Amino acid sequence: MSAEAISESGARSDFWDGVRLSMPVVVASAPFAVLFGALAVDNGFSVLEAFLMSAMIFGGASQMVGIELFGQHVAPWLVVLSIFAVNFRHVLYSAGIGRRIAHWPVLQQALGYFILTDPQYAIAEARAESGQPVGFVWYLGLGLPVYVFWVAESALGAIFGKMIPDTHALGIDFLLPIYFLGLVMGFRRRPLWLPVVAASAAASIVAYRTVGSPWHVSIGAIAGVLLAVILPPHHSGVGKRS
Amino acid sequence: MSTTFWIILAGAIATYLTRVGGHLVISRFETIHPRVEAGLNAVPAAVLTTLVAPELLHAGPAEWAALIVTAIVSLRGGLMAMFLAGAAVLILARQFVG
Repeated sequence: MSAEAISESGARSDFWDGVRLSMPVVVASAPFAVLFGALAVDNGFSVLEAFLMSAMIFGGASQMVGIELFGQHVAPWLVVLSIFAVNFRHVLYSAGIGRRIAHWPVLQQALGYFILTDPQYAIAEARAESGQPVGFVWYLGLGLPVYVFWVAESALGAIFGKMIPDTHALGIDFLLPIYFLGLVMGFRRRPLWLPVVAASAAASIVAYRTVGSPWHVSIGAIAGVLLAVILPPHHSGVGKRS
Repeated sequence: MSTTFWIILAGAIATYLTRVGGHLVISRFETIHPRVEAGLNAVPAAVLTTLVAPELLHAGPAEWAALIVTAIVSLRGGLMAMFLAGAAVLILARQFVG
């Protein structure tokens, strides 16, 4: 086997490694994609517009907030601002994952940031932390199925919107929190995990009650991150290395 | 072009800026201060927590049961196992408590 063939088969298995890890994300996000499509049409979007929104924004929570506000005939700039506010957390992901993918060619990085969703970040960060390289092919294997299914299912949801049965009995509205809790638990071995989670939980609940959604996401996140920054470095386990 | 299209386009640009922006700002610094690194390490748990915690405000018995089972399974199983366990408990519990 030539060196080229070996590296090609290595890349292929990297890709399928990513695809395998993407499956829980595909399954978990499917109901939301369909639900998004159905709600989008219900709020005055065409099927094409629902499809375009999923293809261009690719951020479930922000799309839900966007169509909800659009349906309430809120001013367009405010809809865009809300999408920005819900997605603002990606600034933090971007800063985090940037350390891991800075060696990629620029175009690959540009594409990598386009598909940087919550699970994409969480899974890539977990891989980097376990000492494995975060390569473009693996990253694409992880993100591409999620993207393709998300966009296709959004369009399907828009077309067959009224065919979703009793969403409450199926638990569809609560699958996302369960999934996110799973991701939170996955980080439990990190230094400062418990104080950070406690601070973010408390701050997001208070902000949800006072300022309101979607700002509770950014406010809660900033509270947890600030706590980690403020606590002495020897607690956070990063001082030792430098 | 319709207003909807412009909202989608502007929303897409705003979203992409958040996804690339953090890196563009951070990469201007050559060394990362330990406190900044500690902050970055806290990001995923901090953000994801805010997507769960406010749900507790209107969670009923079925939702609580699902979250508790998810947390317990997470101590042993992988992400898919805990998600399926939590979802199964939720769907089952809702048949009884609504």
